[in-house]
Amino acid sequence: MCGIVGLFLKDPKLQPQLGAMLTDMLITMTDRGPDSAGIAIYSQGKVGHGKLTVQSATPEVDFKNLDADLKDALGTPVLMLVKSTHAVLEVPAGQLDAARSALAKIRPGMKIMSSGEGIEIYKEVGLPKDVAARFEVAKMHGTHGIGHTRMATESAVTTMGAHPFSTGPDQCLVHNGSLSNHNGVRRELKRLGMTFETENDTEVGAAFVSHKLQQGETLGQALEATLTDLDGFFTFVVGTKDGFGVVRDPIACKPAVMAETDQYVAFGSEYRALVNLPGIESARVWEPEPATVYFWER
Amino acid sequence: MQTFDLEAQGLRALNQALHNLKGQTNETSWEVVNPKGSHAIAVGVDAPIDITVRGSTGYYCAGMNKQATIRVKGSAGPGVAENMMSGTVIIDGDASQYAGATGRGGLLVIKGNASSRCGISMKGIDIVVHGNIGHMSCFMAQSGNILVLGDAGDALGDSLYEAHLFVRGSVKSLGTDCIEKEMRPEHLAIIADLLKRGEADHLAKPSDFKRYGSARKLYTFNIDNASSY
Repeated sequence: MCGIVGLFLKDPKLQPQLGAMLTDMLITMTDRGPDSAGIAIYSQGKVGHGKLTVQSATPEVDFKNLDADLKDALGTPVLMLVKSTHAVLEVPAGQLDAARSALAKIRPGMKIMSSGEGIEIYKEVGLPKDVAARFEVAKMHGTHGIGHTRMATESAVTTMGAHPFSTGPDQCLVHNGSLSNHNGVRRELKRLGMTFETENDTEVGAAFVSHKLQQGETLGQALEATLTDLDGFFTFVVGTKDGFGVVRDPIACKPAVMAETDQYVAFGSEYRALVNLPGIESARVWEPEPATVYFWER
Repeated sequence: MQTFDLEAQGLRALNQALHNLKGQTNETSWEVVNPKGSHAIAVGVDAPIDITVRGSTGYYCAGMNKQATIRVKGSAGPGVAENMMSGTVIIDGDASQYAGATGRGGLLVIKGNASSRCGISMKGIDIVVHGNIGHMSCFMAQSGNILVLGDAGDALGDSLYEAHLFVRGSVKSLGTDCIEKEMRPEHLAIIADLLKRGEADHLAKPSDFKRYGSARKLYTFNIDNASSY
């Protein structure tokens, strides 16, 4: 199964509640996938600043003096905010790639969850309520976000196998379904220079979209391409720095409901996930069509 | 009128209360409030009662219904009225995937759109959709009637047996062994009856529709294909 929730806010007044709204939506979807949960939240940071979200199995070791060590490696100030097994490192936006390379040297055991100007990703094994509490997601503000609760099929239940997957700057993707040609597509993407952290099918979907965006395609074009090049079942929800997109495979057996008001666009695997959103009674609620790309950008 | 607050009292209590109604009862009118997209609302009812659900429902609402009239004042999730036996189910909004799947009897009315696989493997149910139906609808439909006032998606009636399909709008594509057929007076009579019972006689007239059915080349035994069986 798997459960997906997503929110793209149009009304800035809702931004302080984004984390709380997404948390509530994600917890409602717990019985669609209790293995692991994750959330990607986008917020407008300070101009010129970038963020790396990193994860460690041994945070007490890896995060000790991490900001100072990274500052020494980069020669620029680094701000660090630790949340349980994850830490957000703030560096100048132009230094994100340099910071990524430096981290591979100074903390080789750490994993990079996301990198970009707006995105932060938190994901772990466990129930949505526990994962959300661990990272205090309900307190987070932002412009848009995506959550996922996983029932694993194609790869092991691990932190890195949880969604969202981020394979490009400020990009993330979550998936309900399973891809059947992911090994072939992964080989092709590797040849084109993309790198992979897992054997997971969804990571291939994410990297496929990231590669298209890297080639200069729009989010809409990249999502259109999934319909011809990816085989299997999928409902994808993707996030970019300014955008939010949805696409379902032509068979469309993985459920999806969307709602739109003047204040937001919302996605849920089921209508249950949307029932507590403000103004849902008068929202336009619809099921996204198969093989049809939907996206919103600021 | 019995009012049941699903959020406060819970799904099992609702369905147990409805299952306890056997044969004749004085509790003939039920209202379910706060459905909030919950699954399996009013499944397996077997009594001549009226149930109104005030809001949208999740998976499998009104499944296996016998005798009851169930109205949803909202939209329905996947599998609404799945395997219905008799009675009537009316959805004011849209219905998700496989509405009325495998239905044996009764009437399902969807006043909005139905998505993919509407009436898949239907076996005697009547379905009236005021809007459109999605792809793969009526796949392997065996008997019963479906009346669609809007359009049909891809592969309508694929591998069809003997169900009657009536569509007013466009059909994106017909499935294997499904063809357009001539409309005879008895079909117009079926449509007129469905329009009336489906609360749609003010929206369309029988002559607006086209009939689709099985070419009977796929499921009947053909001696020329004996070596393939």
